[in-house]
Amino acid sequence: MSSRTSTVAHQFDDAEQQRNASTLGIWVFLVTEIMMFGGLFTAYVLYRSSYPEAFAAASHHLNATLGAANTIVLLSSSLSMALAVRASQVGSRWGTVAGLVVTIVLGCIFLGVKGYEYASKFEENLVPGPFFDLPGAEPQSELFFSLYFAMTGLHAVHMVIGVGVLATLVVMALRRRFDADYHNPVEIGGLYWHFVDIVWIYLFPLLYLLGRH
Amino acid sequence: MDRAEKAVDYLNADYGVRSWLLTRDHKRIAILYLLSITVMFMLGSVFAVLIRLELLTPAGDVVQADTYNKLFTMHGIVMIFFFLVPSIPAVLGNFLLPLMIGARDLAFPRLNLLSWYVYMVGAAFTLWAVITGGVDTGWTFYTPYSTTASHTNVLATAVGIFITGFSSILTGVNFIVTIHTMRAPGMTWFRLPLFVWAHYATSLIMILGTPVIAITILMLGLERAFGIGIFDPALGGDPILFQHLFWFYSHPAVYIMILPSMGVVSEIITCFARRRIFGYSFIAASSLAIAVFGFLVWGHHMFTSTQSVYAAMVFSVLSFAVAVPSAVKVFNWTATLYRGSITFEAPMLFALGFIGLFTIGGLTGLFLAALGLDVHVHDTYFVVAHFHYIMVGGALMGYLGAIHFWWPKMTGRMYPEAPARISAALVFVGFNLTFFPQFILGYLGMPRRYHAYPEEFQVLNVMSTTGASILGVGYLVPLCYLIWSLWRGRVAEANPWGAAGLEWRTNSPPPTENFAATPIVEEEAYAYPLKEPEVV
Ligand SMILES: [Cu+2]
Repeated sequence: MSSRTSTVAHQFDDAEQQRNASTLGIWVFLVTEIMMFGGLFTAYVLYRSSYPEAFAAASHHLNATLGAANTIVLLSSSLSMALAVRASQVGSRWGTVAGLVVTIVLGCIFLGVKGYEYASKFEENLVPGPFFDLPGAEPQSELFFSLYFAMTGLHAVHMVIGVGVLATLVVMALRRRFDADYHNPVEIGGLYWHFVDIVWIYLFPLLYLLGRH
Repeated sequence: MDRAEKAVDYLNADYGVRSWLLTRDHKRIAILYLLSITVMFMLGSVFAVLIRLELLTPAGDVVQADTYNKLFTMHGIVMIFFFLVPSIPAVLGNFLLPLMIGARDLAFPRLNLLSWYVYMVGAAFTLWAVITGGVDTGWTFYTPYSTTASHTNVLATAVGIFITGFSSILTGVNFIVTIHTMRAPGMTWFRLPLFVWAHYATSLIMILGTPVIAITILMLGLERAFGIGIFDPALGGDPILFQHLFWFYSHPAVYIMILPSMGVVSEIITCFARRRIFGYSFIAASSLAIAVFGFLVWGHHMFTSTQSVYAAMVFSVLSFAVAVPSAVKVFNWTATLYRGSITFEAPMLFALGFIGLFTIGGLTGLFLAALGLDVHVHDTYFVVAHFHYIMVGGALMGYLGAIHFWWPKMTGRMYPEAPARISAALVFVGFNLTFFPQFILGYLGMPRRYHAYPEEFQVLNVMSTTGASILGVGYLVPLCYLIWSLWRGRVAEANPWGAAGLEWRTNSPPPTENFAATPIVEEEAYAYPLKEPEVV
């Protein structure tokens, strides 16, 4: 069992302890992530309830079709991620790699669409700051776009990190680092990816859909 | 160094700068943190010295008002984010947690090293901000002053604090996972040393609170850098929201600073009173209660900033409630001392000093939690005195006690007892002389954060500055003899204090793997009087 001894780090007694530690570790880390996004969601809830009309009006300037398409892309990526985890559990190297690569591609599509949306906001002068210009709108609409960019921006940063993590996992999988006994990193990467997806599941209706007729 | 016949330990296991900068040994990382936070402490002290010099005379003569604003801001930022928050957890928690629970290391050694680098990058940003002119917003960064009005280096400081926050988060995650999954056989939850319980509670606050300050600082930075104005009143944004988010972290952060000290005191008191701890489970549970209740009281910092009176009443009541678990600890320590065979080595002096000063700090906190009284003394020196009793009288006394208590374990050398006792006395006297007059100053109405003041306050301010210089000597003396002891101190045996706890059952300093064989725990913590001590 040479693979067993080589994959258990020296501080752990056995593979089970190591698996418990890293699983608990990612969950605790995800709690910190929830708290971090929580600050932005708090600000959103406060301002949305203070300025419902301005926020509803401003949200009309978001492209709900692209947002919906991106939601489908992300949900599909969660599926492919889950399949990658499953493949790693049964020790299928190529299944793992395939699932991860599909997830990465979908993640990149999401980021590409997001980038396109950002670019069109720049063209429409909807980026907060000195060039913000939305004729006839209340000043709070700029607040909406501040939150839009802060929330989707933080989410996009998490997506970029996620793509990096998955790419690392692909390399590890190709180097035969995982087998049916040791695949914890894939599971952890999966948990992170699902978390980032779930954040978007909240962001999409709050920013794009709420108050739309 | 005459270590020729000594066993291999974590200090001499490997040599060279590289072996330190790439180490994953929790003990070496603790030493890296010790060196870094000591430097930051000295920097923060320089600011304090300049503040006290300015306040020696009523006129604003040593520095300009603008410079003074920067001094108290940088003093607060450096001392809180770069010294007090990491102090005991990152140095002693790092060093001791695995030893105390019988583990070979923390669960994630690489993450642990990363946390130190993250801390250093954050510190570098902050130092850069200091060098390029400093910040003048106060450590609280209240908007819109910090976003639109201030022309100082807010952004670099904000980036520094944002980054450093992640070192706290990583440490917190690491500790929680380690305590859950790495305990030695027989080390059940209710056999854990109270130091470990305290760090568990601290870690909870670190992982729940720090992300909130991170996102708050990030929003502040976005507003300042890109005009993404989430707190901007011109857009309908609410600067008070910033205060809520800020204090949601920054009140619990007080417990990040004080809870580890409380853990230290539980260890030291039992050791030097030779008594089992009184009310073990109450002390353990009170740590968790503090961590939980600590998140529900932030509004007591905002009694005067347009908070609804009903919210203020709830926050006031909860702030009174959070004093209960702290009081539980103080009573239990006192009960532990009762009929103990007490000896007064330096760590014990620091611990006893902690109890006294923390009690004063805690009780004056109740004054500030009272709605009517707070309106009278808010933003005065009463507040300054109160939180220095908690953070310096409490947290820093605990830190110094801990450094002395575990110095033999960390370095393999004893510190010299006589100068250590003198320094404990100097710190205690100097501290009280510095900050007790500030209670009176505040009650008489001297506002904080001004570089000039009316003549009638001078006597008390001179007392305060005198005390500060005694306090400064009290800090410098240990710096000298601790360094001296590295070469000339008596070589420490495994358990120089005759203390309970697994960390005393391995060599001083411990080997890289901590224990020759994984220890098996068969009794509760603090099983004083000790049976024949055995070294594993
Ligand atoms: Cu508070």
